[in-house]
Amino acid sequence: MSRFSLFWRYIRRNWTLGAGLGILVFLFLFTVIGLFFVDSKVDPYPLAAPAGVPPTLAYCPPVEPDCEDPKAYPFGTDGQGRNMLAVAVTGTWMTLQIGLLAGLIGIAAGSFLGFTSAFYGGLYDAVVRWMVDVLLTIPGLLILVVIASSIGGRSITVTGMALIIALISWRGPARVIRAQVLSMRERPYVLMARLNGMSGLDIVFRELLPNLLPYLGAALVGAVTAAIFASMGLAALGLGPLREPTLGVTIYWVINQSAFLRGLWWWGAVPITVVALVFIMLFMISIGLDELANPRVRRSE
Amino acid sequence: MSEYVLQVKDVDIQYFTDAGIVKAANEVSFNLRPGERLGLVGESGSGKSTMALGILRMIKPPGRITAGQILLNGDLDITKIDEDAMRELRGSQISMIPQGAMNSLNPVMKVKEQLIDTMKDHDLHLTKKQMEARAREALENVELDPKVGDLYPHELSGGMKQRVCIAIGIVLHPKVIIADEPTSALDVITQRQVMETIAHIQEQMGSAVILIGHDMGLMAQFVNHMAVMYAGRLMELGTVKDIFTNPLHPYTQLLISSLPMLDNRGDFQGIPGITPSLLELPPGCVFNTRCPQAMEVCTQRIPILEKHGAGERWVACYLYEH
Amino acid sequence: MRAYSWNFVLKRFGLLVLIVWTAVTINFIIPKLTPRNPLREKLMEQASRSGYIEQGFDEMVAAYEAKFGLDQPLWIQYVRYLGDIMRLDLGVSIANFPKTVMELVGAALPWTIGLLTTATLIAFTLGTILGALMAWPKSSNFVKYILPSFLILGAIPAYLIALILIYFVAFQWKLLPLGGGFGISTIPNLSLPFMLEVMKHSLLPALAIVLTSMGGWVIGMRGMMVTVQGEDYMTFGEAKGLTDNRLFFRYGMRNAILPQVTGLALAFSFLVSGSVLVELIFQYPGVGTLLARAISQLDYFMIYGIVLIIVVCIAIAMFIMDMIYPLLDPRIGSGGGG
Repeated sequence: MSRFSLFWRYIRRNWTLGAGLGILVFLFLFTVIGLFFVDSKVDPYPLAAPAGVPPTLAYCPPVEPDCEDPKAYPFGTDGQGRNMLAVAVTGTWMTLQIGLLAGLIGIAAGSFLGFTSAFYGGLYDAVVRWMVDVLLTIPGLLILVVIASSIGGRSITVTGMALIIALISWRGPARVIRAQVLSMRERPYVLMARLNGMSGLDIVFRELLPNLLPYLGAALVGAVTAAIFASMGLAALGLGPLREPTLGVTIYWVINQSAFLRGLWWWGAVPITVVALVFIMLFMISIGLDELANPRVRRSE
Repeated sequence: MSEYVLQVKDVDIQYFTDAGIVKAANEVSFNLRPGERLGLVGESGSGKSTMALGILRMIKPPGRITAGQILLNGDLDITKIDEDAMRELRGSQISMIPQGAMNSLNPVMKVKEQLIDTMKDHDLHLTKKQMEARAREALENVELDPKVGDLYPHELSGGMKQRVCIAIGIVLHPKVIIADEPTSALDVITQRQVMETIAHIQEQMGSAVILIGHDMGLMAQFVNHMAVMYAGRLMELGTVKDIFTNPLHPYTQLLISSLPMLDNRGDFQGIPGITPSLLELPPGCVFNTRCPQAMEVCTQRIPILEKHGAGERWVACYLYEH
Repeated sequence: MRAYSWNFVLKRFGLLVLIVWTAVTINFIIPKLTPRNPLREKLMEQASRSGYIEQGFDEMVAAYEAKFGLDQPLWIQYVRYLGDIMRLDLGVSIANFPKTVMELVGAALPWTIGLLTTATLIAFTLGTILGALMAWPKSSNFVKYILPSFLILGAIPAYLIALILIYFVAFQWKLLPLGGGFGISTIPNLSLPFMLEVMKHSLLPALAIVLTSMGGWVIGMRGMMVTVQGEDYMTFGEAKGLTDNRLFFRYGMRNAILPQVTGLALAFSFLVSGSVLVELIFQYPGVGTLLARAISQLDYFMIYGIVLIIVVCIAIAMFIMDMIYPLLDPRIGSGGGG
């Protein structure tokens, strides 16, 4: 049976994973195709458009008949005249960027720390354990608030934000990977490998890593989720890249400008819907991965 | 008043799984008199533990008792009564002493509370003081200091935990006690102590005991009658003396000859072959694939459990068919 | 009453101290890493915006310089900083001079604690019961299959739900107030009408928190109940003829809830992050709104002070949970370490 149809059969059983991946594909297509219709350097930025785009189309709801050209703004515009569709497209892309960048760095650093500290033990392990345990009880958002407000105040870039978030996104993966390696270290198959004379590095790559993969996968999804959550939180507090149309910053403006209280519901609805989709997608992927990794949860075919 | 406290008649227990129907017990029949000790012997997968759960009506879906009757005191068929009535019977008429006492006690309750809660749920109309007294009495019966009642399970040793389980099994003075491999998880010395405790209590209270296990040597020292099970069917039934001195069924013969005994040094033989899967039993007698005395007819029809001779002896084998 | 072992209590208290110390030190180091003098900057910004110099400018700058003692060696600054913290002196709010940080936070903290504890307790209780019912084979189909679909809500951050709630419930349907802790014209007092008003205003924020955090408890509890139901003591309990009720509560839930409680302690930091933003949306008079305002005004002392206090509260809450846990699980707490 071809690999693709095996994959398809599995997805039909593990429908949560399938749904999650489906949303991912949809968002990806939405962004990619959307970029064709939208000039990402211009449309999402207020007043940066050439003179041709009339600023009087502010507050234009999606189906208002006396809009000059309703087809031009399928998602409406916000209080500053931005094309909400453009915001949706570029914002999604930026938010996913931040999530992935911070998440990947977090996983890399966190797994390295967790792995080495569990493997080598000793004082190094004690220090790492302290760092992780203590730092995990302090809410990440608060640490980020302290860092971000001290550093940039108002001039953070998208990449800058991702890097700042990476400063704390390693905590979760470090703890998870460390716990796993600790339990695996004493397992019989590792002891067998040692007795058989396998070198340390060999054991790491041939015995331990393959068994860590499901945890790495779960930790990656977790790290990306946490990173996106952190970026949205920072932005909502006003510490995001205020000039960029990321979804989090858009919501900041929605709050700041009391959009809902002015009846401009689409201004908030667009980013909220997209963000909700992103989180639901991540949630379903993580549940799906959990089922994949945990054979006990699987039902017999 | 019936002469039997428990009568198991042609009981079938089946599990309806995705992979097929698992026939865990087939046409199992035996009788138990008050005060009698019956040993149910067999390998893993022979159906003995399933029978224990079946008598207590604790077979969980996808399994059920699909046929047969289980009569208590000659008149009550417990396969037909409703769940609430069965619940009343559990612990008070038929009780169980579990296998691995390691985890059979609720970790967050004190020992005496676990003795008292079964009293509370059985309509005994006792005052709190009376229940506590009874709990203390039960602990003394199993040779434990009543102060153990104030401890939590994690503070007890393995042997003590097992005795607490026995105490819980007898506190309501049941008529039938089913002991499912009560000593498997213990060391030899504790094993002996626990078995002695069970024997002592049983004599005091006059309950009948069904002892389930795979250690025939242990069985022999404790039970009056023995039933041998294989792949869900009863192969042979008789007094301990008869079975050991004159085993009829080839399976029983092989089992006994494989026991290491002091006056039997030499080469030991296991029984060649493996137990069949309960999903796909061989046609005819379930033992025919491994039986050294298998005949043509053994692969065709299932032999019935029949009385053999004058005494209390039943065997299911074509070697003895009339 | 079981005796707690000294070892256990000390270890937990040590963790508490460690967490607080780490937070304090981070709060000290990070500003030092940036090359700015935030106070001077801020004042310059204000001056350029409004065209006049704030009253008391010189006093503020002098106080700032003295506090951070920029001319003194780093370790002396650190020691003085620690000393100040111990005396609960977290500095002065730049934007609300001369109010101290402690004053402002002290007024806001009870609101946040009230909201968070209530919402968390409700979410935990409801979620745990629901999760347990979902795993009990004798529950109705509605509970087992339909309700879980609502748990998706848990994936979405609380403040987004808060926005949706505000729009529909408060703005469109005008059922509940838009925000704040109490009506604009009301003066806080301890009377019953005031209490009712507070409850009306807290309902939506609490709802947002409950809806999003409940999902986690449900899933966790269901998993634990499934595990517990396979345990030997459940089988033996049934064999001794216990009623379904007793089995479910005293044998099942009582054991399954233990890891849930542990999970509760671990979830504190996450809950706090979420509720800070929810408060902001509702302009609820707690530390969340205070923090947001401090950020927008670049009121650095306030920012650091609020963060520190929140962390200390979390650490204390975790310590309290650690002390409560042995009451639930007799296996922990009387040995060493636990």
